[in-house]
Amino acid sequence: MSNSSVQRNRPQSPNIQIYRPQLTSVLSIANRISGVAVSFAALGLVAWLIAAAAGPRSYAAVQNTLSSAIGQVVLFAMTFAFFFHLCAGIRHLAWDAGYGFELRTIYASGWLVVVASVLLTVVTWVAALLMRA
Amino acid sequence: MIIRSSNQVPRATLLKRFPLPRGFGVGAESRIERGRNWPAPYGAKRIKTFEIYRYDPDTRRNPHIDRFEVDLDDCGPMVLDALIWIKDKVDSTLTFRRSCREGVCGSCAMNIDGTNWLACTRFISDTATLASIYPLANMQIVKDLVADLTHVYAQYEMIEPWLQSKTPEPEKERLQSADERRKLDGYYECILCFCCTSGCPSHWWNGDRFLGPAALLQAWRWLTDSRDEAKGERLDNLEDPFRLYRCHTILNCTRTCPKGLNPGKAIAQIKREMIARRR
Repeated sequence: MSNSSVQRNRPQSPNIQIYRPQLTSVLSIANRISGVAVSFAALGLVAWLIAAAAGPRSYAAVQNTLSSAIGQVVLFAMTFAFFFHLCAGIRHLAWDAGYGFELRTIYASGWLVVVASVLLTVVTWVAALLMRA
Repeated sequence: MIIRSSNQVPRATLLKRFPLPRGFGVGAESRIERGRNWPAPYGAKRIKTFEIYRYDPDTRRNPHIDRFEVDLDDCGPMVLDALIWIKDKVDSTLTFRRSCREGVCGSCAMNIDGTNWLACTRFISDTATLASIYPLANMQIVKDLVADLTHVYAQYEMIEPWLQSKTPEPEKERLQSADERRKLDGYYECILCFCCTSGCPSHWWNGDRFLGPAALLQAWRWLTDSRDEAKGERLDNLEDPFRLYRCHTILNCTRTCPKGLNPGKAIAQIKREMIARRR
């Protein structure tokens, strides 16, 4: 028996390094990431409310930051994260009730979640931009 | 596009792999290096290139990727045929498991173009231009494409996959109505190829304690068998934060099952049974 094979550990085959991203795994990790993002957005919301409660100067400061280019990008991303997490969460609730496990339904509901969250984000932002006095 | 059954190969590829560095979280002995090229024989007209993961435990080398050019006119239509052709005509040290060559034994389960499937039921024409063949994901590798299945077999044994009853044995068969037998459809057909377990990200991160879709599908198969009388004990066995509940309904398992089974659904049914008996 060769000495080298006894002493070394067996290598592990690659997993996430080579596995194909599929709708199933991509939407699942996106749900987790958007959940973390929404948690930070919730903290940001609290900070914004505190700034508003603390008076016009602090509120103006926060509004300036949010109105900047990077602020608007972050807001857009957070809106998308919120709507995506909402739609994906509803999909999860359906699964918990036992519905939608056939592969065709998994894929149809998956694409529906993507389309719905994009649509909701766009509609919200169009409405918000139109409402600017 | 909407995938209707697991044997559908995606038409387009947006992302071949997750945007992570290739050596992400990989131990020193698992790092994959470049191997050698094996050109096609002289006079071959239709050539297909395969990138195949190689590892030889008798050398000190790390695993590496060899490129083989296969003469498609000399070779059968399935990926397993290509592997056999390579072993026969090019490099006889290429090692892989195979038996039935018709998709019923589960021996040739491996990762083809990023997804786990049986080599004998994957058409070469359904693979990418540069087809990549890796062993089953996240497994300890014995040699080349042969994975060590000891751990997943132990997890299967943990759910006690045999009939358990306290009532005395009947004289002839244990009777079961057609409806009761129908409840086993979609679960008894599992060939234990472990494509699902090896493709489950939750099993990648918690495989030491999470049982994985294959074992849990079989757990459901025994839970739903009307002849089995150990339902309470079987469910007790799963009362643990890791064994069942590391499943987060990622559903890679259902997407990749080469027999078209639905481990995700079985696991959801187990979870509902766990809750139902608490009422």
